[in-house]
Amino acid sequence: MQNKKIGKQTINFLNPISVVSFASIVGPKEGQGPLGTGFDYILENNLDGEKSWEKTEQKMLEHSLEIALAKKNLLLQDLDYFLAGDLLNQIMSSNFTARSLGVPYIGIYGACSTLVEGLVLGSILIDGGFANRVGVACSSHHDAAERQLRFPTELGVQRTMTAQWTVTGSGAYILEANSEKNDLIITQGILGKVIDMGQANATDMGSAMAPAAADTIIRYFQDTGKNPKDFDLIITGDLGNIGRVLCEELVLQKGFDISFNYSDCGVLIYDPGQDVHAGGSGCGCSASVLAGYLLPQMLKGNLKNIFLVATGALLSPTSTQQGETIPCIAHGVVIQGKS
Amino acid sequence: MADFNEIKNRLEKRWQNLNVLKDISDTEIQSLNQGLQEDYQYLIFLEAKTPDKNRRKMIKKVRASLIEQQNILKKYNQIRYGRIVQKSAPPIPVLKNSLAAFFVGGVICSIGQIIINIFTLNGISNKEASVAAATVMVFIGALLTGLGIYDEIGRFGGAGSMVPITGFANSIVSPAIEFKREGYVYGVGAKVFTIAGPVILYGSLISVIIGLIFYIIK
Repeated sequence: MQNKKIGKQTINFLNPISVVSFASIVGPKEGQGPLGTGFDYILENNLDGEKSWEKTEQKMLEHSLEIALAKKNLLLQDLDYFLAGDLLNQIMSSNFTARSLGVPYIGIYGACSTLVEGLVLGSILIDGGFANRVGVACSSHHDAAERQLRFPTELGVQRTMTAQWTVTGSGAYILEANSEKNDLIITQGILGKVIDMGQANATDMGSAMAPAAADTIIRYFQDTGKNPKDFDLIITGDLGNIGRVLCEELVLQKGFDISFNYSDCGVLIYDPGQDVHAGGSGCGCSASVLAGYLLPQMLKGNLKNIFLVATGALLSPTSTQQGETIPCIAHGVVIQGKS
Repeated sequence: MADFNEIKNRLEKRWQNLNVLKDISDTEIQSLNQGLQEDYQYLIFLEAKTPDKNRRKMIKKVRASLIEQQNILKKYNQIRYGRIVQKSAPPIPVLKNSLAAFFVGGVICSIGQIIINIFTLNGISNKEASVAAATVMVFIGALLTGLGIYDEIGRFGGAGSMVPITGFANSIVSPAIEFKREGYVYGVGAKVFTIAGPVILYGSLISVIIGLIFYIIK
């Protein structure tokens, strides 16, 4: 049997996986941001006619998958598996989406790293020959997350300068065993370790997650022998302005200079004038930026290959209140465009 | 597999290294960590299969020292990272925030004073006018919360909008709106004081204590 693992953590897909279709839905604030024109659907308001934010998030998740399928004239029964995750307790949006889909379902949780966790797991399923076509989706909703993890949304509190804004958004992706038209292919993935550098401030996720992102990026380069120049873009999920700088510095300490081609989804999705302080966060951040901006850019040929590292803070409101520090994780995926 | 005495020896030796963490390289720290993990794993295995209570206690004691060593290593790494974080932390706009709080708090209190004055001008006694004004301010705070305006004021004004009585109204009305979707009993009923609860509890407690002190002194 051929070995699909490189070094300590990197997975090398022998039969590269095609991303045949993708779709994104975002809230109004994200729609007004600099990437607004790329998203498939922008909600008129945060409720979008539903009775609660949780229901809205669930609908967003479901609809993004339906749109992604419809783009390629596919139906739900064409999917072998549906992998999804979100930020709400017991990954509620994903479970309730799966309820109405009727597709074998794997619920996953990696906080804001869920998207890449799903993409890598989906690719593993396909490369291993366990599936032909897999749907991967994840979502987050600003108000639903805010009320679960922090304060009621109407409470007049001042947000700290390090705080990030949970993105209202969802993204869905259809993965297939490498087909003839391989415009976008997943060639490698890396699953990260949980890293905790003792940060306990729940309003400063960027600083907490940066070491996890750096660890995964460094590990990938060490495993594969590649260097940052091999990529057009190295992009982290939701480190925001503060975490981005820290991550860059930590990676540089190990001898890899990524300053020239490194960015962060949480930095890209909002305009600095939108009062979001340190940038965007949440599952929906990397999910909507990848589907609404990065992959379209790759199809246009502006980007040839990217290394997306989604970061997740694995904390809960209970752990924060009990004074625990924040364990963090980062998973990476390498996507190649038309060559 | 190592044996118990060997682990104890290693434990003693390791203290020397842990005292000079600053002078040893990252790879050495990594191997220290690795060694700790291996020893810990063996000890917990040993502890599980040892039936003798006294011997178990002895193993547990060594294991506690291992945990202590692990914590020292963890702390060292965390402090090092903490320094980098501190360097890159964005400055807190203290002056801007203070001025905003001063302005917003001042405006709210001025409105309260205007209301008191209107009441007293209409023949209500000063003491009763204060109570009535507080009621009106609570109403205004609740109304602005319901209209989705108070959280915007709070984002700008910080403590300036939180400390006056309108902030108290906001802290009760906002969870009430938020949890209405979970019903009136388990939603609104159970969660309405999630923010204001501590203020009410400790406010009442302190007032009782101060009352008692006052009573005794008098």
